[in-house]
Amino acid sequence: MDNIAGTKSSLTWAVHIATLALVLLWIFPTVGLFVSSFRTVDQINSSGWWASLSAAEQNEVLRAADPDENRVADGDMFVVSGNLFEDGSEKVISVWGTSSRAIDAYVAGETADMGEGESMTVAANGDYEWRGTDEQISGRGQRIFVTAEAPPEFTLANYEQVLLSGDRTDSMAKAFFNTLTVTIPATIIPIVVAAFAAYALAWMDFPGRALLIAMVVGLLVVPLQLALIPLLRLHLGIGIGKGYLGVWLAHTGFGLPLAIYLLRNYMVGLPRDIIENARVDGATEFQIFTKIILPLSFPALASFAIFQFLWTWNDLLVAKVFLIDATGETTVMTNQIVELLGTRGGNWEILATAAFVSIAVPLVVFFAMQKYLVRGMLAGSVK
Amino acid sequence: MSPALQGLITILIGVGGCLGYFYFSNQLLDKVIFPARGPKAGQNINRANMVRPWLFLFPAIFALGLYLAYPVVETLRLSLTDRSQDGAFVGFANYQQMFSETKFWEAMRNNMLWLVVVPAASTAFGLLAAQLTDRIKWGAVAKSIIFMPMAISFVGASVIFRLIYVARPADQAQIGVLNAVWLQFEGGTGSFLVLKLLPAVMMLGFAGIVAYVAYILLKPFLGQGSSYSTFGTVLRLAGAAGAAYLVVTSLWQIVQLFSAQLPYGEPQQWLTIPFYNNFFLMVVLIWIQTGFAMVILSAALRGIPEETVEAAIVDGANPFEVFFQIKVPQIMGTIVVVWTTITLVVLKIFDIVFAMTNGQWETQVLANYMFDKLFRANDWGVGSASAIIIMLLVSPILIWNVYNARKEMR
Repeated sequence: MDNIAGTKSSLTWAVHIATLALVLLWIFPTVGLFVSSFRTVDQINSSGWWASLSAAEQNEVLRAADPDENRVADGDMFVVSGNLFEDGSEKVISVWGTSSRAIDAYVAGETADMGEGESMTVAANGDYEWRGTDEQISGRGQRIFVTAEAPPEFTLANYEQVLLSGDRTDSMAKAFFNTLTVTIPATIIPIVVAAFAAYALAWMDFPGRALLIAMVVGLLVVPLQLALIPLLRLHLGIGIGKGYLGVWLAHTGFGLPLAIYLLRNYMVGLPRDIIENARVDGATEFQIFTKIILPLSFPALASFAIFQFLWTWNDLLVAKVFLIDATGETTVMTNQIVELLGTRGGNWEILATAAFVSIAVPLVVFFAMQKYLVRGMLAGSVK
Repeated sequence: MSPALQGLITILIGVGGCLGYFYFSNQLLDKVIFPARGPKAGQNINRANMVRPWLFLFPAIFALGLYLAYPVVETLRLSLTDRSQDGAFVGFANYQQMFSETKFWEAMRNNMLWLVVVPAASTAFGLLAAQLTDRIKWGAVAKSIIFMPMAISFVGASVIFRLIYVARPADQAQIGVLNAVWLQFEGGTGSFLVLKLLPAVMMLGFAGIVAYVAYILLKPFLGQGSSYSTFGTVLRLAGAAGAAYLVVTSLWQIVQLFSAQLPYGEPQQWLTIPFYNNFFLMVVLIWIQTGFAMVILSAALRGIPEETVEAAIVDGANPFEVFFQIKVPQIMGTIVVVWTTITLVVLKIFDIVFAMTNGQWETQVLANYMFDKLFRANDWGVGSASAIIIMLLVSPILIWNVYNARKEMR
């Protein structure tokens, strides 16, 4: 449109740059979590995730090898030599010291005079030579404080800890399956119930239809906070208690208004001719519904299925009220993460990984079925 | 039994039960109760067709009634009773107790703050994103990315943003982005420009927009008094009063901003700074909801007839005039829809506050206050009373929606 006058507006560039800025701003937080979940504890604690591709500076306390076993006589002196780091390390020492009060006393390659002829040399790659008399080179290995540049390092260890370790506080494996167990029935049951109701509201004539539709629209916005206490009392009263059945029923009830609303609006738009022809040909209402309406309504069904899946997967409140009992056996991922925030609030490697495990599935669903989600949103925002 | 297997069986039973119900009840109706044969075949078919809608509707009506309609009434009743006295009727005692708690008023104030800031910011960003991405080649990709947070749970988003807000002692490397950026400011000219002048200009802009809205609301009364219904008058006056309050508050904030001594060079625990920490929580929801606003508004922008835009350009309107004076007025209806939908989300906001601060440091909101009363204080009376407050806040939107739906059906 900017090209109407025949010149390319300079505004186009501004648009590109502004869009890029907005996109970067929006993706930046998620990338931070993603990157952090692959970093080691040391790296997370020594630098921000945005610096993960550049070398990070770490302070470490290391020890020379045990003198009694490793010392080698050199004239009347004894020498212990070796490398401070484990094999294959690419760390580079910048400064080091032999006392905790002066950890940056010497630069790499320098020789420290430790008094009475005892000396220590540490090279940038971690090679050291500790030289002294029989008495000095004995007991425990000399402590060495180094400040080293660690090259970027990524690890899958966090995912192992979170998914496979079976650790009681960290493990997300059980919560993952619990979440699945909540989600799948809680997505399918409302669809089945709502599809029939939507068909009745869209294509069958009976007194009170308009009133029912208005009721559904009204219930669409009733906050589920209102339902918590009465329904918990009801569940406890009739013996369902806290458990999967309760949470399935609750999700079904809370999801129904949107399901009916979306499906009815879609079904009303289907061509009348098809349905009337089928009726003339002697099809029963049940056949019309299962053979004609359901297949034609697939886009609307898919839209709602994604909504309900995302909503039940990401839900915390309903699970906390209707599912999770004192034993915590049925915890879901969102709840597990909130508990991790309490118990391991500073352990970002665990937190980031756990959070990413929980958001990975919705993200996959989102990117795979974005089209239906958008379509559902456009139909579902109450006009 | 393993939960996975249990889940599978329940899916089969639940879904099978549902389908079985629909199939067999229809069979029963057609073959046994009103069979379409014999002397009364015609009459029977008619009768069956009168009953059938209710067969189709029964499970849905039952679930809706039990899980949504009944709780509204029951919560209202519970809010008037006392659990510790075996559910004796206590009138408005629960409400009185609630109104006397400072935590409740704190929750109300914060909810109102959320109610203004989050829908406004999400809609504004969404509109911006929709307009920007609409006409560039990689717009679809950009949209996908801005839309993506919709799939992330509030809890997941809370972890993401806690990583941004995390603070470490000043002598250690900062691993939270916000503190890392904060420590770049030392109080020089750059700091003044970015941290004082820029926010002040933005606040002024906000105040200007709000004042303009107030002007629009009051316009009918300023001119030759065309008659309006009392309800509309009250709404307009209330809206204008609220807008005036916002303008005064934001101007006062600007004054405060310039007189404030900012603690440069010290890492901040962002979530513990009273009042401002509310905004750090709101950012999470804005981040999530902008994608929603963008998707809906982008569809609306595409629906604008090209001719109106072209005519404006031919008449010499610049791109900003086209956007604000041609496009925005045409999608005003959609903007209102987006705004109210986000408002509904905001009124019920729970997870973000629960996971990030749990209402500490003056960040309480109504839904979390209610959860607190319900499961920590075990006070069902006050818990129900606060739920009713949420319901009252929602009900104008409920009535408006029902009114519109009925109008559309006619």
